[in-house]
Amino acid sequence: MISSADGAQQAAAVTAAVTAQARPGLAVVGAGPAGLAAAVTAAESGMAVTVVDAGLRIGGQYWRHGAAGVAADADLHHDRAVFADLSARLDRAVAAGSVRLLLQHQVWALTREGDGGTTVLAVDRTDPARPTEIRVAANHLVLAVGAYDRQLPFPGWDLPGVMTVGAAQALLKGSGVVVGPRVLVAGTGPFLLPVAAGLAARGATVVGVHEAAHPAGWLRRLPALGAAPTKVAEAAGYAAVFARHRIPLRHRSVVVRAHGTDRVTAVTLARLSSRGRVRPGTRRTVPVDVLAVGYGFTAQSELPLQAACAVRVTPDGTVAVTVDDEQRTNNPRVLAAGEITGVGGAQLAVAEGLLAGAAAARSAGLRSHADVARARARRDRLRRFATAMHQVYPVPPAWLSQLDGDTVVCRCEEVTVADIDDAIRLGARDGRTVKLLSRSGMGWCQGRECGYATSCLTAHRLGTEPDLAAGADRPVATPVPLGLVARGGLHPAPADALPRIPNPNPIPDPNSLEEHR
Amino acid sequence: MAIVGAGVVGAACAYFATAAGLDVTVLDRRAVAAGTTGAGEGNLLLSDKEAGPELDLALRSSRLWSEIGEDLGGATFELERKGGVVVASTPDGLAALVEFAAEQRTLGVESQPVDATGLRRLEPWISPELPGGVLYPGDMQVQPALAAARLLERARRRGARLELGVEVTGLRTHGGTVTGVETDGGTVAADVVVNAAGTWGGELSARFGAPVPILPRRGFILVTAPLPEGAIRHKVYSADYVANVASDNEGLESSCVVEGTRAGTVLIGASRERVGFDRTVSVPIVRRLAGHAVTLFPALASVDLLRVYGGFRPYCPDHLPAIGFDGRIGGLLHACGHEGAGIGLAPATGELVTQLITGAPTSVDAAAFSPDRLLGVAA
Ligand SMILES: Cc1cc2nc3c(=O)[nH]c(=O)nc-3n(C[C@H](O)[C@H](O)[C@H](O)COP(=O)(O)OP(=O)(O)OC[C@H]3O[C@@H](n4cnc5c(N)ncnc54)[C@H](O)[C@@H]3O)c2cc1C
Repeated sequence: MISSADGAQQAAAVTAAVTAQARPGLAVVGAGPAGLAAAVTAAESGMAVTVVDAGLRIGGQYWRHGAAGVAADADLHHDRAVFADLSARLDRAVAAGSVRLLLQHQVWALTREGDGGTTVLAVDRTDPARPTEIRVAANHLVLAVGAYDRQLPFPGWDLPGVMTVGAAQALLKGSGVVVGPRVLVAGTGPFLLPVAAGLAARGATVVGVHEAAHPAGWLRRLPALGAAPTKVAEAAGYAAVFARHRIPLRHRSVVVRAHGTDRVTAVTLARLSSRGRVRPGTRRTVPVDVLAVGYGFTAQSELPLQAACAVRVTPDGTVAVTVDDEQRTNNPRVLAAGEITGVGGAQLAVAEGLLAGAAAARSAGLRSHADVARARARRDRLRRFATAMHQVYPVPPAWLSQLDGDTVVCRCEEVTVADIDDAIRLGARDGRTVKLLSRSGMGWCQGRECGYATSCLTAHRLGTEPDLAAGADRPVATPVPLGLVARGGLHPAPADALPRIPNPNPIPDPNSLEEHR
Repeated sequence: MAIVGAGVVGAACAYFATAAGLDVTVLDRRAVAAGTTGAGEGNLLLSDKEAGPELDLALRSSRLWSEIGEDLGGATFELERKGGVVVASTPDGLAALVEFAAEQRTLGVESQPVDATGLRRLEPWISPELPGGVLYPGDMQVQPALAAARLLERARRRGARLELGVEVTGLRTHGGTVTGVETDGGTVAADVVVNAAGTWGGELSARFGAPVPILPRRGFILVTAPLPEGAIRHKVYSADYVANVASDNEGLESSCVVEGTRAGTVLIGASRERVGFDRTVSVPIVRRLAGHAVTLFPALASVDLLRVYGGFRPYCPDHLPAIGFDGRIGGLLHACGHEGAGIGLAPATGELVTQLITGAPTSVDAAAFSPDRLLGVAA
């Protein structure tokens, strides 16, 4: 349990927040573990908080759930008590009027105001046919927008039936859909385990879990492992599940190709050397119905970059926000918590969220009852674990040598490896100029899915270092109707009174992108 | 010769210089089209230009772009002679527009006035409230980064060397004449040096000890989700754009050109501001451009904005590019400061630079562009 304040104390704080005359405002973007912890901590300190999230429900990716709630799928969820606590406290704060919860609101831009505050510009999609704009002006901002699966191209990765582990997990947790029947899970990182275990528990045949890294990496980082005993226990739990369902777990093993015409029917696996390269003569092909792949996560960095937050690239190739001991970014009124400060899991996110909420309250001149010292110790321990994890589970370079010329890199614009090589031959030297000369990353996803691969492939070809942060800068955080953008400007026009330009290839619902987050 | 800058202007210089048999090295500190060329729209407009040296350059360029299209295959850089439609918002505005077009026609710019019905025939989704406009069939479009890359590709096939990731730090001279350029990777010998560094041409010329004043004028462009083919058929803009282009106003100006691209996306741009090199995207500007676009095409209101990009147009204080020999150092030429028209004007610029170097008769009157006119003018 994270909170130290008892219920009565919390209730008193919430009441005080409502009755206070001039209430300092906090906007929290993201209602996952980090955002929820930040919001309740700040609200219980007396701040007026607005929480904005694109999803239909609170909980984010980790506690993603269907209409029946987290408890309905108890076996798929961890830290249910923490979620129950946070959501109960959020409910209390909402009832007391100290938290305004805006779900199905997608933030498309942040603007910095002259007084140092921020205005959050969000698209209200509660009525999908009639999106409108909401502007939340706040003195403080907590960014807790999370991360989404990182994708790497390999021959056949664009076949139907190949999906990210995050998508497989979201289908399971969000809509109770079990992909399969025969699923192979591959990639790198501890996240492969719960996904495989969840699928197996719900009846899928998990034909194998193929982890590119080797757990021996942990041997050199035992102190970090010792810092997170619950993670070790969790891994042991999955081992038991795997044993029960006879799921083979292979290390230093990767998928190098997916086969099929209409959809995936088989995958080719290969063994890796200790340096992450494919070992010759180790290929074998196994039949599957679904391939779920995950190579770690990419943080949602567009909003932090819009807010001019300083960022760095962590060893797992993620563009992460740099924060101080109190989760403050280089702008002290903007705080960041959770995966966007470096991918590290939900428990770390909760600790960071609590610290961010408390720091925002303190910065607004309020006292927080939250046990900051304990959260800080916990965060530091989990952060050490996360850093070690990034080192144990790097993206193996093997994928770069397994591409064919016709392997698609950018799915939206159908840009292949050969197209990227052409762009380099024409004089592109980095992700941005490759994009200009090949259209890679210019489509619907704006490089969220292919940006990492394009940058890394370009750098690999040229023998340079990929500039991952450059590609993460997106002034429009989510697609937004022009009329809605314009309304704040010259020409208000109700969207429904307008003629519609017929669209031959309907644009996917942005919420389907959301699925991958 | 050494050309500094692998933007569209440097690329066009290399294309024409190699065609004339010159030995060329193109140097860029980043990549092809990494500067303003990769940040602009690819309009080749005649419609927005009044009588004067810039129109001469534009008319020459328009012919050259067509020839380049035949040489390289126009499709390889998305060359389209799709025509421009300039619209007026009031009957008085329309009258002024028609008069302006008549004047341009005497100088060789084709055009044809259209009324409200004619306008809707040209652009089915245009606002029914507009009284009319003028069609300019000669307005063209290219994809600027590809245009630069294809020009350089041909120049390389004719023997040019392309050195990327090489920063030019100074000039080598002997007896007041160029002998080469200094770079962060050593000296490159050259008897002629062309400053095609665009917005950074002022900085480079100062490093050379022969400063020309080049200033940045920021611009943003909005990009929408793809629309079906034929949704927007021409480059459509409102008449105030012409006034804006010529304006000296310090503050924000926006008028907007709305155009479809081969990929189906619609480009809406661009704003014009003098704010130095500040990259921060400003939401009020985005709103304003979106507002202009939905005024011209109300149906765009329900189309998604996907992306905003922008850059810094290079401009000289008198709004004409600096093209030609520098009077202070023998063998040094400038070819920069094309402001919001550098893509369009690149071929005539490359041709003029080559003609000046080889001593051939020039296709346009070179005097108006001489960098010497700017001597003593502060940046
Ligand atoms: C928003 C916007 C919209 C526009 N729309 C249009 C339009 O529709 N039509 C049109 O014609 N024009 C348009 N323009 C203008 C057009 O983009 C520019 O005029 C044109 O790109 C200038 O090209 P350039 O080659 O001179 O400069 P650049 O493309 O900037 O090339 C200069 C190159 O020099 C290199 N360089 C600089 N210093 C050094 C050094 N010391 N050493 C080595 N290399 C160096 C840079 O890296 C750069 O690649 C627009 C511009 C903007 C910003």
